[in-house]
Amino acid sequence: MTQDIFVLIEHIRGQVSDISYIMTAAARELAQAQDGSVVGILLGSGAENFKDNLAVDKVIYCDHAALAEFTSDAYKRTLIAILGEYDPRAVFFGNTTIGADVSSSIAAHSSYPIINSCIRITEGGGITSQVCGGKIMVDSQLADKTTIVTMIPGGYKPEQGQGGPPSETIKFSPPDLENLKVKMVQFIEPATGDVDIAQEKILVAIGRGIQTEDNIELAEELAALLGGTVCASRPVIDQGWLPTSRLVGKSGKSVKPDLYLSLGISGATEHLEGIMGSKTIVAINSDPDAPIFDIAKYGIEVDLFDFIDPLLEQLGNVKNG
Amino acid sequence: MTEIVVIARLVPDLVEELEIAQSGIALDTSWLRLIINEFDNHAIEQAVILKEKTGANVTIISLEAEGVDDMLFTTAAKGADRLIKLTGVDEEKPTNISLAETLSNIIKEINPDLILNGVQAHDDITGDLAPQIADLLNLPYVGYISGVSIEGGQAKAFKEYPGGLLAEMEVTLPAVLGIQASEEPPRYVAISKVRQMMSTASIEEMPGDGLITENNFVIDRMYLPEAAEKAEMLEGNEEEVAQKLTSIFQDLGLL
Repeated sequence: MTQDIFVLIEHIRGQVSDISYIMTAAARELAQAQDGSVVGILLGSGAENFKDNLAVDKVIYCDHAALAEFTSDAYKRTLIAILGEYDPRAVFFGNTTIGADVSSSIAAHSSYPIINSCIRITEGGGITSQVCGGKIMVDSQLADKTTIVTMIPGGYKPEQGQGGPPSETIKFSPPDLENLKVKMVQFIEPATGDVDIAQEKILVAIGRGIQTEDNIELAEELAALLGGTVCASRPVIDQGWLPTSRLVGKSGKSVKPDLYLSLGISGATEHLEGIMGSKTIVAINSDPDAPIFDIAKYGIEVDLFDFIDPLLEQLGNVKNG
Repeated sequence: MTEIVVIARLVPDLVEELEIAQSGIALDTSWLRLIINEFDNHAIEQAVILKEKTGANVTIISLEAEGVDDMLFTTAAKGADRLIKLTGVDEEKPTNISLAETLSNIIKEINPDLILNGVQAHDDITGDLAPQIADLLNLPYVGYISGVSIEGGQAKAFKEYPGGLLAEMEVTLPAVLGIQASEEPPRYVAISKVRQMMSTASIEEMPGDGLITENNFVIDRMYLPEAAEKAEMLEGNEEEVAQKLTSIFQDLGLL
């Protein structure tokens, strides 16, 4: 086994994803502790230039038409071949719609230990990760064989993993990518016509704590007084109470408003990923241990429904002079 | 007939206070309230929707735990045909790979066309379960799915990407899918219907006592987060706090 730290570089429709830079930043710290190099794995078709802004020491690039956009089958076959040949100390995958599709199955296939949801590297080269939606932290160590680590945002900024271009590119011949069992048919764009919450300055966000569809009216009233828009975390969207265009978080939008007023959102990691760019976060939640209080500037521990009427009244008084 | 298997797991309710066990490297499970993993609930709903569309047979497999029988009978009330419970399971959470090995042996016997599982569970440390089952069964896996249809030995699955983007994927069956969200919200079933299932449906028990709980990497400690910077908490009664918050909005130039 080498001491090198590998990173799967994720890209969607020609754009390298932020998680790739975040993983590179973490891999640099881990490589320093292990006295190894940071190696980016880039799979694509005509995508070699995606490496140019990566702060990695070298890149292993595999080019094939079946790798143009992510599919789990083609990626898995290629990654198993690469990791088998190079035997790295650790491999970073994003805990994302791409990375999570292949990291665990490669771990199972090659009997690699796997550590989920790493947020940062400790000084001695250990892994700090999250479980239970960020309510519990775990410090662990790499196993004595190639270890797979899935990464979530929050511990590093994308800029920390940017730099490059890497000094060396190794071309890797693709394995057999015939008879694939997963095929990408097409991308489907999100429906247009709704407001773009990524551009809104004031957002009133609702989560499970809103309890019923009828209660959304209260959030809309609040948003109207503030001149903002209502958005939501996953449970509200899954109930069909608001359209997907209002979803904030991992599979929704990342927002960067001046005010993010969160009502009854506990702050699961997937949601927090999408609100890191907010200027001021105000969180209202009845659970004092809700992870959202760890990133909010102002917090109010209260039952939402005891608080919303006095708040509407106060705001109304101010607005009406 | 199309056979669908759903793996449904109970997970700690995050609304409750979580505590670390005396060992310092595991969750204290003694007072944990367990609820169905939300993504698994969506997987169950998706399976029942497929049953309604194609006449599929739906089997739900879960692990023995406080409340699991109620959960399984609820799935029967929604439309599941067969209920299986792994028994003899240690209170401590098994590693996913060990669980995947046990489950894949059971699934092999059922020989399904489609295996659905929630795309993740919030208490997973050792990777995700569904892709591990897929590898052990040598089946394709696609996760973050919100909508599936089946036709002619293929599944058409819609995979979620950030920003509301979807990718339409064609997956050769049999396959394993990690469900993010079902096509429709999980249905509500009346408690009377669940009670009826308790007297008419049955739960098959299968041995789950060989599951391994020891990880193949070293956990140094588990702990509650030490927030570097916690929110400034606004104190007072509701009216006082509303006044304070309104003043903050004014100071920020938002009103």
